[in-house]
Amino acid sequence: MSDATAYVLLEDGARFDGLACGADELAVGEIVFTTSMSGYQEAMSDPSYAGQLITFTYPQIGNYGVCEEAMESDRIHARAAIMRAAVDREDAPSAEGGWLSWLRDCGVPAITDLDTRALVRHIRDAGAMRGGVFPARVSEAQARQLIAAEPAMTGRDLAIDVTPKAVLTLAGAGDGPTVAMIDTGVKLSIIANLRARGATVELHPCTASPDELLAGDPDAIFLANGPGDPAALDYIVATVRELVGTKPVYGICLGHQLLCRAVGLETYKLPFGHHGANHPVKDLTTGRTEITSQNHGFAVLGPGGAKTIDSDEPVRWETDFGAAELTHINLYDRTVEGLTLRDVPGATVQYHPEAGPGPHDSLYLFDRFIADIVQSAGADCVGESPRGRFAGGGAHA
Amino acid sequence: MPKRTDIEKILLVGSGPIVIGQAAEFDYSGTQACRVLMEEGYTVVLVNSNPATIMTDPEVATTTYIEPLLPGTLARVIEKERPDALLPTLGGQTALNLAKALHENGTLAKYGVELIGADYDAIDRAEDRDRFRATMAEAGLRTPESVIATNLDDAHRAARELGLPMIIRPAFTLGGTGGGVVTRAQDIDTMVSRGLEASPIHQVLLEQSVLGWGEFELEVMRDHTDNVVIVCSIENLDPMGVHTGDSVCVAPQQTLTDKLYQQLRDQAITVIRAVGVETGGSNVQFAVNPATEEIMVIEMNPRVSRSSALASKATGFPIAKIAARLAVGYTLQEIPNDITRATPASFEPAIDYCVVKWPRFAFEKFPGAESGLTTHMKSVGEAMSIGRTFKQAFAKALRSRELDTTTVSPAGEDELLALVAAPGPERFDHLLEALRRGTPIDTVHARTSIDPWFLRELAELVESAGADSIANSPGGEFTGERTFKSVDTCAAEFAASTPYYYSSYERAGASTSEIERGEKRSVVILGSGPNRIGQGIEFDYCCVHAAETVRAQGRDAVMINCNPETVSTDYDTSDRLYFEPLTLEHVLAVCEAENATAPLEGVIVQFGGQTPLKLAAGLHEAGIPILGTGIEAIDLAEDRGRFGALLHELGYQAPPYATARSAQEAMARAPEVGFPLLVRPSYVLGGRAMEIVYSLDGLQDYLDRVGARDGREIFLDLFLEDSIEVDVDALCDADKNVWIAGIMQHVEEAGIHSGDSACVLPPHSLGEDMLQQIRQQTIGIAQALGVVGLLNVQFAIHGQGGLHVIEANPRASRTVPFVSKAIGLPLAKLACRIMLGERLDELNLPADTTNGHVCVKEVVLPFDRFAGADSLLGPEMRSTGEVMGIAHDFPTAFAKAQAAAGLRLPTEGTVFLTVTDGDKQGATLIATTLHDLGFKIIATRGTAQSLRRSGIPAQPINKIGEGSPHVVDYIERGEVALVINTPVGTGARADGYEIRAAAIAHRIPCITTMAGGVAAARAIAVAAREGPPDVLSLQELYAH
Ligand SMILES: Nc1ncnc2c1ncn2[C@@H]1O[C@H](COP(=O)(O)OP(=O)(O)O)[C@@H](O)[C@H]1O
Ligand SMILES: Nc1ncnc2c1ncn2[C@@H]1O[C@H](COP(=O)(O)OP(=O)(O)O)[C@@H](O)[C@H]1O
Ligand SMILES: [Mg+2]
Ligand SMILES: [Mg+2]
Repeated sequence: MSDATAYVLLEDGARFDGLACGADELAVGEIVFTTSMSGYQEAMSDPSYAGQLITFTYPQIGNYGVCEEAMESDRIHARAAIMRAAVDREDAPSAEGGWLSWLRDCGVPAITDLDTRALVRHIRDAGAMRGGVFPARVSEAQARQLIAAEPAMTGRDLAIDVTPKAVLTLAGAGDGPTVAMIDTGVKLSIIANLRARGATVELHPCTASPDELLAGDPDAIFLANGPGDPAALDYIVATVRELVGTKPVYGICLGHQLLCRAVGLETYKLPFGHHGANHPVKDLTTGRTEITSQNHGFAVLGPGGAKTIDSDEPVRWETDFGAAELTHINLYDRTVEGLTLRDVPGATVQYHPEAGPGPHDSLYLFDRFIADIVQSAGADCVGESPRGRFAGGGAHA
Repeated sequence: MPKRTDIEKILLVGSGPIVIGQAAEFDYSGTQACRVLMEEGYTVVLVNSNPATIMTDPEVATTTYIEPLLPGTLARVIEKERPDALLPTLGGQTALNLAKALHENGTLAKYGVELIGADYDAIDRAEDRDRFRATMAEAGLRTPESVIATNLDDAHRAARELGLPMIIRPAFTLGGTGGGVVTRAQDIDTMVSRGLEASPIHQVLLEQSVLGWGEFELEVMRDHTDNVVIVCSIENLDPMGVHTGDSVCVAPQQTLTDKLYQQLRDQAITVIRAVGVETGGSNVQFAVNPATEEIMVIEMNPRVSRSSALASKATGFPIAKIAARLAVGYTLQEIPNDITRATPASFEPAIDYCVVKWPRFAFEKFPGAESGLTTHMKSVGEAMSIGRTFKQAFAKALRSRELDTTTVSPAGEDELLALVAAPGPERFDHLLEALRRGTPIDTVHARTSIDPWFLRELAELVESAGADSIANSPGGEFTGERTFKSVDTCAAEFAASTPYYYSSYERAGASTSEIERGEKRSVVILGSGPNRIGQGIEFDYCCVHAAETVRAQGRDAVMINCNPETVSTDYDTSDRLYFEPLTLEHVLAVCEAENATAPLEGVIVQFGGQTPLKLAAGLHEAGIPILGTGIEAIDLAEDRGRFGALLHELGYQAPPYATARSAQEAMARAPEVGFPLLVRPSYVLGGRAMEIVYSLDGLQDYLDRVGARDGREIFLDLFLEDSIEVDVDALCDADKNVWIAGIMQHVEEAGIHSGDSACVLPPHSLGEDMLQQIRQQTIGIAQALGVVGLLNVQFAIHGQGGLHVIEANPRASRTVPFVSKAIGLPLAKLACRIMLGERLDELNLPADTTNGHVCVKEVVLPFDRFAGADSLLGPEMRSTGEVMGIAHDFPTAFAKAQAAAGLRLPTEGTVFLTVTDGDKQGATLIATTLHDLGFKIIATRGTAQSLRRSGIPAQPINKIGEGSPHVVDYIERGEVALVINTPVGTGARADGYEIRAAAIAHRIPCITTMAGGVAAARAIAVAAREGPPDVLSLQELYAH
């Protein structure tokens, strides 16, 4: 329509018009969509979205403004917000600012009044792809060039852009274990959940060596969430490989993928990723289904290199470090959502037990995690017991 | 775990007649449950007293009992059927209360019936307000401070502790019956007494007020392995203090941060676990203080509810269907999501649109009643709309209401703001007007506590609409292209295979319609919109039958409706469901979309009551074929003058009438017609403002009150006093063959709206000659009108004058489901086949539909909801629902129907009679019967004298004016078991008012017509002789 002031262009040429509503800039990257109905600020500030433009499938965005408390990092990482009906309001008692004002202040472009459902259906069918948000003054030809110049997500190291420059130690609320974290772009909710349970968290740059990570004699290594393709992070994988078996290793999201690669498993790119707050994940050790927060574009291959697993059994398969046991499976598309290493201490989940945003069904994993570290810190770290149970439930405890 | 194999036969209990607070949503949930259980191979025994339901169709369950929903009846069904399990969570509060009673009286234990879905303890923990409060405290959740009261002393103590305002919440009631907000100390006694009276256990919770906090609801589902999902969140625009059923609501919630929403989610899960609902759906209500972020749990309903129906329609997640599967042992993961077919039901729907629900009120029917909205529900129906944005959904909801009245806002700012501040049925209309006039958001927020987010959206909506009213012209928000999008439970993350659509406006260009249809011709069925008095579930029943028939006849059935409570808006009912307002604009848009790739055969307007009929002419003009009876015939039947001429031509009698276009003319013409007169203005629909006047003075008074509008007609009909009213439903095909499906004789005389009177099929006191005349005239009218499909004719048989035609409706009538159940033939389906081209002789119909049993329809009236309104019946319909009694004789069927309607005829005790002079003779008859049965008779002086003259020892008592102890004192002391009070003329009407009000308040049957009294006496006599009647299933009856 003639009043359009901005548009979204995809690398396959599909175009969707709307109204510019953020900073007067353009943004190019991978266009993904999230189906979460709340938590827009958390999403934009989640480092895992680095390099991506977020399409919000829920139309009304910005309703309750923004506030410091909802930040998942110190800044916005997503490159743009694509919306159907964005507002800039500050009426909510918790609001410290308006959503669109904040985006503008942060220099982040945004587009609203766009048929996000049409865009999402396009991505669902064609897969997540590169694209951009462009002010109307940018010609389509120019936009096409910019998109073509943008590197593809596959093979991309984005962790290096979001990792801290130096080690930062954050004491926990109590005298819990110490966790050395490879910070590939960790969400504040993960840190908050660890600290709330007494853990002291050391955040390391993702380039940290094994020795640097072990310098403070941590009780466990934690692999954080983060953006980009795990296959492009061989230097982290190599580091983790050295640590597996010496300390319990745990991972969330990108961290999950990195640990899996470290023990010799493969990752692959999902057609359009999982981004939302409603995916059912089954804990195979308890049979319980959790509603989970999800945000990832890559996944780990299961036994025999299969992308999906049909059975609801805790199947085991061989890794370079002994057996891995499937502990969590996504009931939407039956992809791997979590596993435990049986012969060395270590466990991971693909989804986000820390929520932020999303349901709290999986917060208990942090309790298990802390309990496990405390237990292994007291025991010898070799042999059958105790296992990394972060994802493994209590079935064999 | 797969389904249970240790149970085989399951008893399901419906919710009975439609009443305020318990409506068509339980037909939707019950039907889904029956179908699922049948599909799973269980034997399903269903009990429900409401014939106008799809669930009581004989194919929906294995065995169907249309019987009163009373513990005794249920016990007899259990004794006869020996079910293994009872599923009580799908029939509203009624079923839950019955299950509780059957547990408490030992019936379940005696026959080894297991409660599935929710056990006794869980029901009790949720429903007993005191236990609930304790359970919440134990689980670490907050509830408002409260005091349990069982008497007035408790209440006064509570008021001192809690302060005023204080909220009254009776235990075990539905729709907040008996509840309210006490703001003044002098109201404590009356209001608390009312609450205690309403509670079956005589208990109320008196609670600290959180008026003005935000009100939120979460729909929760749990399976027996303790997996829990939240299906939907619902936010009320009206803050705490207005019952959720009366609030304008939006789904999903709009104003809570993720952090706060997740807290509600956590708490809802804690609640369902703490209460211990092991499987199925529950509704949890919260109050949230947005400023302090405090959360209080208000209540939980351990069953499917009105809100769960709304949540199902809003998300595409069929809560009742899944609840039924969970109850027989499945887990959420084992149940597929119908809509995607690829994913399981163990997920939470993601929505990419907004849903707005709007309550439909009927205060205009209850003059004198307080129209303020409070904590007990008063709305009679609801409309839901879906839009891509809140503004679109809100504007669509405004249009979905189909109001008969237009809101006139006062010119003065203070008056306007006062109306905005006080919750009432037109509050949002006034609010929009205030915004239009530029009232600042802060001012409106300060006066209403409505969240500013909504107010800003509404202000923008008003602004975009410009000078037009939002309801008429959608305004700026709606520029762009209309496109149809799907409701898919997953925000397009997966492809949807269930076609459930809504229209929305999107920027032109990229948007493509999501409608997927094959090559079949489609038939569009127009639903009946929000339930209201006069147009309720009966029409939805017909629409569902139409859809089933269209599908069976090899076409695609396309449903358009906006009522979330109904079976018609279940996506399983049609091939394609369009959740849209029933306006010409929206219907034409659907027709166009349907016609885009394959042919549209036509539109069916006969089944949705007046709503689609009103659209017929517009559709016709737009070139859309109307299937069945054409618009010419519709006009002929609806136009007073043309229809009168037609009757005249046919030589049929009709009451003499005149029309006037001014008050003056009415006064002048009235004497030509004669008195008594039935007066009604043509511009008010649905029998509204219809009254009987006995003199010119009376007419003048009426005209002064109701007012004559310039140029609009006022109808004056001679009122045929003391006539028997008869209703006929018939079918007519394109070759003018006519088949009479059923003749119903009303129990109450003409003058009581056909929708408010009890009726009997077959007629119990009409001679064969009269029946023959009725048949002939029905046939004559059907042929002369050119009906193709259904026709309903109403007659009055007037003493010497004989048969008179009152009106003819060329569409499905309210009685179609009742007649269908009574004769065992699906009238609406048959009509639909005729409309699709078949002839009567192809349908193999029996010439005679009587079949050895008698069916009585009785109605339920909502007077207990409208304190202040007179409960007297008249020509204006006011009932909300109906029940059916089936037996081998009239008195038994009548007694069953009375019991089902909640008026249990007594078997002993005292009867109070007060009748007009004209009725004194009839009263003697009644009194004799009752006296012989051992009843004590008390009566007002005149009636007592006349009874004593006939040898009946009647004790005279005082009228109210004659001082205490008077009749109301007797009623209030619980000393009266039955009231028979016939009022005629204006004087007695005013006098009887208090008596009727007292009877209603104390739930004593109160009969206001002689005919009703006679029937009641006969029924009591039969019951005394034969004891409780047998329970009869439809399948047994039809087998004969
Ligand atoms: N403590 C309270 N303060 C203010 N309003 C209340 C309070 N408790 C209930 N309400 C209001 O009363 C309505 C009806 O109460 P509820 O217990 O939900 O009755 P019902 O069982 O009929 O649903 C609620 O929807 C809410 O708006
Ligand atoms: N002339 C009349 N004499 C007696 N009763 C009448 C007469 N006309 C209508 N009624 C009564 O009024 C009721 C409502 O009138 P009707 O014309 O059927 O209105 P509606 O269109 O609301 O059904 C009827 O059911 C009947 O009981
Ligand atoms: Mg409630
Ligand atoms: Mg009528």
